[in-house]
This record gives sequence, C-alpha cells and structure tokens, in this order.
Amino acid sequence: MSAFLELTESQLDALREIGTIGAGNGATALSVMMGKRIHMTVPEIKIIPFTEVTEALGGAEQVVAGLFTTTTGEAPCNILFVLPIESARVLVDILMGRPLGTTAELDALDKSALAEVANVVSGAYLNSLSGFTKLDFIPSVPAIAIDMAGAILDTVLAQAGTIGDHALLLETEFSAIKEKITGQFFLLPEQGSLEKILESLGVTG
Amino acid sequence: MAKIIKIGMADLNVANCPDILQTAGLGSCVGVCLWDSITKIGGLAHIMLPYSTQARSVGNEAKFADTAIPLLVKQMENLGALRQRLVAKIAGGAQMFSFYSGNDIMRIGERNAEAVKETLAKLKIKLLAEDVGGNYGRTIEFYTETGKLYIRTINVGEKII
Repeated sequence: MSAFLELTESQLDALREIGTIGAGNGATALSVMMGKRIHMTVPEIKIIPFTEVTEALGGAEQVVAGLFTTTTGEAPCNILFVLPIESARVLVDILMGRPLGTTAELDALDKSALAEVANVVSGAYLNSLSGFTKLDFIPSVPAIAIDMAGAILDTVLAQAGTIGDHALLLETEFSAIKEKITGQFFLLPEQGSLEKILESLGVTG
Repeated sequence: MAKIIKIGMADLNVANCPDILQTAGLGSCVGVCLWDSITKIGGLAHIMLPYSTQARSVGNEAKFADTAIPLLVKQMENLGALRQRLVAKIAGGAQMFSFYSGNDIMRIGERNAEAVKETLAKLKIKLLAEDVGGNYGRTIEFYTETGKLYIRTINVGEKII
C-alpha cells in the first residue's frame, strides 16, 4: 500500500496550488532568461504505479534531455525537467543566440547552458515552495542526461521506490508555442518529505 | 508467430518459446533474464532496487533483486522449467547522472547490479553474460528460442550477449 494513495482531496489541492505557483515562478524565470513568452498548464498530480510510469510519459524510448536537481534540507525533494531532444536543441539555439534549427549535437557548452536553465527554473520553483512551507530547500548543481526517457525516469524513481509502489509526480507542462518548445517539470518528494510539506501547509488530513 | 511481451518498471514476466520478453529504457534498473535451454522457457525481471530488507514495506516483490529473482524462478518452474538448468544474462545498472555530492542514489545502478549477482550466486544460477554500468540507457529483448539478449542504446549502438 502506498501512502500516496491515502492523500485527501484537500491535500491534493494544496499540492496542486504550490505546484501552480512554483511552476509559475519557474516559467517566469525561464521567460526572462530566454526573452520569450513561456506558457504553462495547470499542474497535474499523477499518482501512478511504477509499472505504468514510462508509458504515462509518452514512451520509454523517446529521446529526451533530463535535467535533474536534488535538494537537501528538512524535506528533500527531487526536481526533474524533461525536454524532448528537439525542444532542447531549440532552447540551446535561443540561449546561445544561434538561428533556430542550427544546433545538432549538444556539446559540453550547450549542456552547461541547459543545466543553467534547470538551475534557474528549479531555483524559482523552490523559492516559492520555501515561501509557502517555511522549509529550506537547498538545491544541488543540476545534472544532465540525454537519453531514453525511461532510463532517466527509472533512475529518478529508484529513490522514491523505497516508499511504495507508486510514484507521485507533480507535473507541469511548459511550452513556447512559436518556437515549438515543450517540456515537463516534475517535483518528486522523497520519503518523509511529503508529510513534512503537507504538515507545514497545515493540511495533515 | 512470436509475441513480444512488454515488462514495465518493477515488474516481471515469463514466456514460452518463441515469445520475446522486452523491457524498455533501463537506466539504473537492471534487467535480469533467466533461461532454461531445454524447455526454452524464459523469464525477465525489471529490478529497481537492491534489497527488500532496506525498504519500509516490500509490497511489490518484483521491485527488489532479492525478492524478484526467486519469484521469477518460481513462475518459470510453474511453467515447467527446471531450476538446476537455469542460466542468467543481465543488463542495465547505469549511472545516468553524475553529481559531485556523492549522493547515494547516484550509485544505485552499481548497487542494483551487485545485488542481482549476489542473489543469482545464492540461488546457484550461472551468470552467462552481462552488460552493466556505463552512463546510458538500454532497451532489452530476450529471445526464448535462442536465449539471446539484444541490447539497444541511443548513443552506443546495439549489442547481443
């Protein structure tokens, strides 16, 4: 039995709310960084069995750029920013001031530019989370992997795997419509962190 | 006509010849394939974590090396495989991300592979071949007809073990 399945409607609402504001801050930071308008969807809370996770995210073998940040502090969480490889290339074009469609293979500098995006977006997200909960979230330097979506996710979820058989993904989709960039942003609380976050928000039951 | 049987994360399944067992996008997880060459019965587990003893609750036995492999053996025996004939091939256990912090999760691929090997040794199942480690994802297909394991990656090509 997974603790995630026992969340009440008001706890889910509270999580969705911090997701909305956190991701909103992230999207604003990204808009400023890129000089482009970034749209975002209302966050969705996905509580899914591990066996179904990769299918829920559009197929295990899809090539994506995964930008992964862990946090330390009272309520450790992981943040995963996933961009389809085509979107990652366009994003790099914009960040590096190249004409759209120029970047083919991502070199070390391109990857570090993407890591910087993750840094800024995660930082903005965590700031709002911190503001709500009064908990400190100290982010790591983001790590990047360009590979199969399934391989990136199974590594990130292995950590949540000790909790139960389900993953809780607070997912927000980003897009820059004109530039055809899409991406997903996931917040994954570690063991015990979800309880602390909910407690700090005053929604324990 | 061979069927392809897909196996998700923290899941396992068994098959008769000529069916093919597949699991896509192994990162730090390890795919364990067992085979009985006489009955041509095969099994595949997509293992996520090393030991069930370190978890708060076990729940799904297919998730951990130490519980998934015995469960897979049992299901294969139910189909008619002989335990003494089983051999193993494994793939996965990558380190997808590198951090400077020495965070333990980053070693999880390595720990998964170690736990799989220990469990196989304990069950006296011979490990015939392995393709573990590295920093890339793998999709694997295990052919019950031949016992061959096909491994696909995005960046480092294909391989058969």
